[in-house]
Amino acid sequence: MIEIGLGHYLTLGAVIFSIGVIGIFLNRKNIIVILMSIELILLAVNINLVSFSIYLGDLTGQVFTLFILTVAAAEAAIGLAIIVVYYRNAGTIRVEEIDKLKG
Amino acid sequence: MVAHAIFFYVFSIIAVISAIMVTVSKNTVHSVFFLILDFISISCLFIMIGAEFLGMIMLIVYVGAVAVLFLFVVMMLNVAQQKNQWFNSEATSSSHIPIGLIISTIIFFELIIVVGGWKYKPELSDQNINQISNEISNTHSLGQVLYTDYIHIFQISGMILLIAMIGAIVLTFRRREGVKTQSYLKQISRERSEGIEVLEVQSNKGVKIDD
Repeated sequence: MIEIGLGHYLTLGAVIFSIGVIGIFLNRKNIIVILMSIELILLAVNINLVSFSIYLGDLTGQVFTLFILTVAAAEAAIGLAIIVVYYRNAGTIRVEEIDKLKG
Repeated sequence: MVAHAIFFYVFSIIAVISAIMVTVSKNTVHSVFFLILDFISISCLFIMIGAEFLGMIMLIVYVGAVAVLFLFVVMMLNVAQQKNQWFNSEATSSSHIPIGLIISTIIFFELIIVVGGWKYKPELSDQNINQISNEISNTHSLGQVLYTDYIHIFQISGMILLIAMIGAIVLTFRRREGVKTQSYLKQISRERSEGIEVLEVQSNKGVKIDD
């Protein structure tokens, strides 16, 4: 318990990943919380990459974490823009009322 | 080592609790606040285990840009009053929730099993492509590989950001009706012949201006 190893960080990443997946399924509010859950999932992936990078002594994981950060920022910007356009057209972003595609 | 353990447990417990609060919080603004807390604790963990540059970049990008963007959109769209209703019988009539819980639990236990039973080859550390050196700082070593070996991926990620910016602008752009704007082309292409008209003004009659 005292000796913090790679397994602790990977467990933390697994916990946050699962909370993100639960957040996507459990959500009945609005779509913004789903986007936040996706950010949580990407954060868990970043934790895994950085801890592997540190414990294996290889810098490549940190480089790819930077790229994941970039893609996450772009994804958040596009997703929020889509949400703003949808709210302007439909007047709501509640998850159960978004059924235009009849899925 | 004990300090490392204490700080790890403090930061990770804060991170896990705030991640749970992001998903179950009734108010969306509170969810964004907990998301910020989560990012800050994880970046503290990154700084603690020796990835200082990534920790700082996480603070700048996530807390400074992404979370503020979320907060901005949440406050602009006026969804803070919409209460969380996922314990309502009417709202939870869809069958997503039990299946989602089961699948998430299965994912969690699969990940835990993989973490628990995982061993890597002892010679794997000798095959490192980018060995972390102890002489130069983390930022220095990242910069040395980022702008040389990974320059193409770096450029592509820049293009992704550019395309995301253009896409967000194009999506949210809307041409408003009835807004008075200046047309420079119309202004500078005005000629004297169409601008003024010379009239013969008769005495005591005046001139009728059509406007």
